Parts: sequence; C-alpha cells; structure tokens
Amino acid sequence: MIKRVYADNAATTRLSERAFEAMKPYMTEIYGNPSSLYTEGVEARKAVDKAREDIAKCLNAQPNEIFFLSGGSEADNWAIKGAAELGERKGKKHIISSKFEHHAVLHTLEYLEKHGFEVTLLDVHEDGLVRPEELEAAIREDTALITIMYANNEIGTIQPIKELAAIAKKHGVVFHTDAVQAVGTIPVDVKELGVDMLSLSSHKFHGPKGVGALYVRKGIRLPNLVHGGAQERGLRAGTENIAGVVGMAEALKESVEVMDERNKRLEKMRDRLIDNLLKIDRSRINGDRVHRLPGNVNMCFQGIEGESLLLSLDLKGVAASSGSACTSGSLDPSHVLLSIGLPHEVAHGSIRMTFSTENTEEDIDYILAELPPIVDRLRSMSPLWEKIIKNDK
Amino acid sequence: MAYSEKVMDHFANPRNVGEMEDADGIGEVGNPKCGDIMKMYIKVDNDVITDVSFKTFGCGAAIATSSMATELVKGHSIDDALKLTNKAVMEALDGLPPVKVHCSVLAEQAIKAAVSDYYTRKGIDPTPIVGELHDCKECPIE
Repeated sequence: MIKRVYADNAATTRLSERAFEAMKPYMTEIYGNPSSLYTEGVEARKAVDKAREDIAKCLNAQPNEIFFLSGGSEADNWAIKGAAELGERKGKKHIISSKFEHHAVLHTLEYLEKHGFEVTLLDVHEDGLVRPEELEAAIREDTALITIMYANNEIGTIQPIKELAAIAKKHGVVFHTDAVQAVGTIPVDVKELGVDMLSLSSHKFHGPKGVGALYVRKGIRLPNLVHGGAQERGLRAGTENIAGVVGMAEALKESVEVMDERNKRLEKMRDRLIDNLLKIDRSRINGDRVHRLPGNVNMCFQGIEGESLLLSLDLKGVAASSGSACTSGSLDPSHVLLSIGLPHEVAHGSIRMTFSTENTEEDIDYILAELPPIVDRLRSMSPLWEKIIKNDK
Repeated sequence: MAYSEKVMDHFANPRNVGEMEDADGIGEVGNPKCGDIMKMYIKVDNDVITDVSFKTFGCGAAIATSSMATELVKGHSIDDALKLTNKAVMEALDGLPPVKVHCSVLAEQAIKAAVSDYYTRKGIDPTPIVGELHDCKECPIE
C-alpha cells in the first residue's frame, strides 16, 4: 500500500475517536425525541442541552446564544439574511464584507443584491488582510451589517476581528464573522472579540459532518430560519441532530484542550514546509506569514497548473487542494488568489496543504521529498515554463 | 468530477511528450490566463505524420487529451489527422467530465495548428486545407 498523507484538513477532517465514542449511544440506545416528556425524550434533551453548554463554554458564550444547525453555510446564510432583514426594517440596505469571503457569504450577498441591497467588498491587499481604517471608511448611515471572515479558508490569513468588531460597535452596525476555519483551530472568545454573530462548522475540527452552529449575541433577534416546532428557541424548527451536536461538542472540547501544544507543533511543521518549498525556483507563499492559521500552506509554482500538481500528488499518496480553475469548474482561478493580486496564470498554479493534529513531521518529510520532483516534471512539459525561462534570458 | 482510468493513465504516463528539435510543423493554442497552453510538434514525410510530440501547461485533462491526440495521429496521413475531432479524443479517453470538454477541443485545434504551420513553412496557404483555427470559445486568444 502506498503511504497516504491527508493534507486537506481545511476541506474536512477525520472524525475524532472521542467524538465518535460520544456519539454512538445517540445513534442506538438513546433515540428519543428531545421534545418528548417521557424518559427517552428527557435523556435526549439532556444530551442536547449539555452539548450546547459545552460549546458555549468553549466560545465564552451563554448556552442560549448558541443555535444548532446543519453547518457553516447555513449559519452564514441565516446570519446574513437575518441581519439584512433586520436592517431593512429600519431602511438600512447596505452590507460590508470582504473580497475573499467563502462562497456561502459571497453568494448570499449576491442574492441580497438582487433584492435591492448594496454591497461593499473590502480589499484584502497582497497580504490577505482587511484594513480596519478601510472598514471604517466604508461604513454608511444605512449599513445594516458587516460580515468579515475570521480566517480565510484558502490562504489561512487571520483577520483583526477584534479591531473590526470594535469599529462596527462604535458605529452601531451588526458584526458577523464566518469563523468556520478558526473555531477549534485558534482561540475564539466571542466576548473578547466583541462580535454579534459567529458561524462555526463541526467537521472542520474533527466533529461529524452536517452539523454546525451560529452564535447570536443576546439582544439580537434574528428572524425565523425554519418555521415549525419550538426547537432552537423556535427559530430553527426540526428535531435535533442529537448525535451530531454531541459529536460536535466533544470534538470542540478536545480541540480546545490540545490547542496550545498542537499549534506549536503545527506552526513548526508549516514553517519548515514553506521555507523548503520556497527554495523551488519561482515559487511563492500566498497570504501573510505571521497572521496565518497554524496548519495552512498555500503556494504557487509558476509555469504549472494546480490541478495537475494535485493529481500528481494524489498519485504519490498526498491529498491536497488547488485554487486552479480546473477544480472549480469555471475558467477563472480562485477568487481568493485573484483578490490578493495574483495574475491569472500564477493563480492557476496554486496548491493548498492544510494540516491538523493528526499530521506528523514525517508527513512534511514525505511531501518535501515528493513535491519538488513533480514540479520539475510538470515544468519540463510546460510550454509556459519554457516561455518564462526564455524571457528570463 | 472524476477522471476515467484512461485519462489518469495518459496523465500519469503521457505518450510522445517533449520538444521536437527538427519538427516540420509546430502549433500552439490556448493561453496562460485560462490555464491551458498546448504545443504540438509534427514531423511529416510524404504527407504522413511520422512523428509527433507535445508540451502542455494545463490540468489533468489537458495533458491527457494532448497525449491521446498524439497517439491518434501518429503514423497517419495529414488528411486523417485533420479529420480528428475533439469527440474522437474524448471517446478514446472513455469520456471527460463536462467542464473539461474544452481541453479536447484544444487538443484537436493544436493538431490543426501544427499542420497549418507545416503548410505555411512550405509556402502553401493553410486556410483552404485546414480551415480557420479557433480556440475553445470560452478561451479566446488574447
């Protein structure tokens, strides 16, 4: 069997053993409906309540500020459409976001634009960071919402959320952050950050897929997301995904427990990989190196195309991802790489490798042994590389 | 979106890859902005393509279609090579995902571009023989 190195933890992670064990009883023995008053229901209710308490504690929130739902995309959709509706009631139809948000945010904003909202997308500059002064300058009388992601899913840059949220507060604007890549990965304290809403997704921190949450600060009254029963304080009806929320809570607790030690280890691995890959001619690291997720490496190698790099790595047992057009199904490369000013032809040659608690130094050794020869091979058959070298001379 | 085994085979072990120093015709299509460039080299003897090679910058499908196209024209007459369609390249690869169809169009066009260059070098106007060259419509040459 060929060695496998899973280096796509920003896409999804493996379910942790602890989370899986915690979930098991709720898929077999404890199957009651939490809304039922008899013993089976009460047991299930306890589990949901406990999961909410645990998650709230990890984020320094109150349990009644945590709403369970199906994942990060649903959380982003609800936060943004909900805040837009609240704004609209007061005649506010302007939203500020950034150019490199996840599509769950950008496509929701496009939808709102079709319904008469105006959207300002802030620049993220070459380093992939939003500038607080530019946010402040963009705020208008009719700004209903500011939504800026905590950490970018492709280039891993960490935004100055505390500063941005403080500006929003000063101007009385609701502030939401898509923290899907941050929660479980870096410390997230909603009170310290001062955000009004925050999205998270379980499967990004070794919890199960299909479950996530939205933190909604007490005092913000979002309109209903799903009409029906009284679940999630009547705002998001539907029988709870008990095993899912239990697994999410267990996985988050575990991630927070190991965070400090794990991140020290991951940062070291990340930096070693970046430093060594930068020795490859005409390579570059995308996004700021300091304000960066501990497990994120995103590089471009000129003269080659990202998907062929990804496929070649897969043949060698490495699972990575690419921001090339070819993986997105459109002809444009990643909007994130374009937003930091990369020309199309360079953005096509990107590769993202993201590491989690399960990765080891041996994985980095393996990638460092396998990746450079692949770049050489693809360049040797690339007419674009031929031109780049010729122009050099 | 998954590739067929044949696509992966031609991607991992491309046939006829590399530059040809004494080529009789060289054709290049695509552009870096769209993420695909294909360059085809042909050697012609008595109207037969005796040798062919390619260099490609692009995704897995771009490399596999280039490789397959060279196999389909090698040893065949120029007439036959000009009849090569993107559909034939796709079929020979057991199909392509819909978003990758343009790669097979590029491969077809790259062969035509090489033949075109061959005629031009001989002082023959290629247009009546080869027809107008066009890139895939999503990828206009800059």
